[in-house]
Amino acid sequence: MLELNALSKHFGGVRAVDGVDLSVAAGEIFGLIGPNGSGKSTIVNLVCGLFSVTDGRILFRGEDITRLPPHQRTARGIARTFQNIRLFGQLTVWQNLWVAQNGGQAPVEQGFFRRWLGGSRRARAEIERTLAFFDLAHKQGELAANLAFGEQRRLEFARALAGRPSLLLLDEPAAGMNAEEIAQLEERIRKLRQQGLTVLLIEHHMELVMSVTDRIAVLNFGQKIAEGTPAKVQADPLVREAYLGTAKVA
Amino acid sequence: MDFYLGLLQIVGIHTLLGLSAYCVLLTGQVSLAQAGFFAIGAYVAGMLTVLGGWPLIPALVMGSLVAGLIACAVSFPALRVKGLMLVVATLAFGEAVRLFFFNFTYQLNRGELRIGPHGGEGFRQIRYFPEHGWTTFDVMVFIWVIVMAVMAALWWMDHSRAGAVLRAVGEDEVAAQSSGINITAVKVFAMTIGGLIAGLGGGLFAHYTTHIEHIQFGVVLATFAVAYSILGGLSNVFGTLLAVIFIQGFLIEGLRFLGDWRNLLFGALILLAMNVRPRGLLDAGTTAALKRLFVRNKEPAGARAQRAE
Repeated sequence: MLELNALSKHFGGVRAVDGVDLSVAAGEIFGLIGPNGSGKSTIVNLVCGLFSVTDGRILFRGEDITRLPPHQRTARGIARTFQNIRLFGQLTVWQNLWVAQNGGQAPVEQGFFRRWLGGSRRARAEIERTLAFFDLAHKQGELAANLAFGEQRRLEFARALAGRPSLLLLDEPAAGMNAEEIAQLEERIRKLRQQGLTVLLIEHHMELVMSVTDRIAVLNFGQKIAEGTPAKVQADPLVREAYLGTAKVA
Repeated sequence: MDFYLGLLQIVGIHTLLGLSAYCVLLTGQVSLAQAGFFAIGAYVAGMLTVLGGWPLIPALVMGSLVAGLIACAVSFPALRVKGLMLVVATLAFGEAVRLFFFNFTYQLNRGELRIGPHGGEGFRQIRYFPEHGWTTFDVMVFIWVIVMAVMAALWWMDHSRAGAVLRAVGEDEVAAQSSGINITAVKVFAMTIGGLIAGLGGGLFAHYTTHIEHIQFGVVLATFAVAYSILGGLSNVFGTLLAVIFIQGFLIEGLRFLGDWRNLLFGALILLAMNVRPRGLLDAGTTAALKRLFVRNKEPAGARAQRAE
């Protein structure tokens, strides 16, 4: 589904991402973890096209998308959420999903008039279904800026799904959530996977990562230091060192 | 009476100018080029009726199309820069248009007279209305029919998906890109629509005033265009109309008796309005309140009782 070949991103002298190889299979929930500043969010920005790649290649379903602009990647089925929520605050909840129906399989009508100026019954039905899934149906007329924090997180997740992506990049979706909300988030991720969605999950909340993902890659200083099942990664001495520091023997 | 008709005419024309900036502002861009598009529409439409002998409406449409086309062409390089740099770039374009017309001479002999644009002296005798026996009242009605049509079209666009997409780009370009929106295409679209509307307003202006010259299309007019849309707020097209009435009707004409003090008060009142209503004269909250008031009055008694249960 998604393949990164020796991907690098340098900011001046800083090697934010340094030669990372990664392969995410279709239908997989893939975790990407690492200490702060290890390059996780940079990878998301590279994959969705907000940053340009310094070196290496990004393949999506076998196609080289390294140089494509962001909206064309979304059209091919890549969607994302942001670590710090970025909604269209002065648009309603409903409109936030409406404008994001741009993916390759998004249920919008063809033709300029119906797509841009008229309404589309299929698009409406889809938005209502997505809002119901995220328990936001009763808020659909509210401005996004007026929602509570948890609702905004859910709306951003919903907006990412509005374009019917096949790959979803979740950048710390559990940040600032309480235990109950995290449980709901986990359930939603599982349900979406059953529907065939592939997920790349970046998260600091270890319980969530360990329970929901199939495989995990660990980054440190822009390099991949481990990869494998949650159990294997947890046992890896290099990972422990990256998170806890080197054990000093007195 | 003629004074008020004239005021209505100028309010109508400036509303078109303000709406052209409103379109662009929806995508978060501040453009000082609107006066330039307005000038292009004015000269093109004026030359077509005076020199080409075209009927008025095709000439207005042509002026609008030319301005829209140039807006589209200009927006590609201009939109590569953002924020303040875009303001400077569009300002430069507006001034370039003004200076072009300052140097532009194209005159034909018509009997005793030489007619057509004459550089710094401007373009006189755009006398379509008097020659065809239109009264001031007719012209006023004509202008407002066009203004209403443009406002209705923009209102419709605003409530369609296209309007929501324009606003999404204005809210957050990064999130818009990641939601699959081609932000360059959206901005070019907004600039083009803005150019079309400004050109249309310019064509009307040329025929309303019968004499145009480069100095009328300077930075002051460009600033007015942006001021209308910012002061009016971006919640809907009526904000811009309200702002034009406030500035042209109240501040410029209504306070004329104050003499020189008017200019001082002018700035102060705009500052006051922006402080009291930071999201524009007609913001989303006010619109919602008005809508509630309106809808409740129209609602049948049964529905209200049902809700109370």
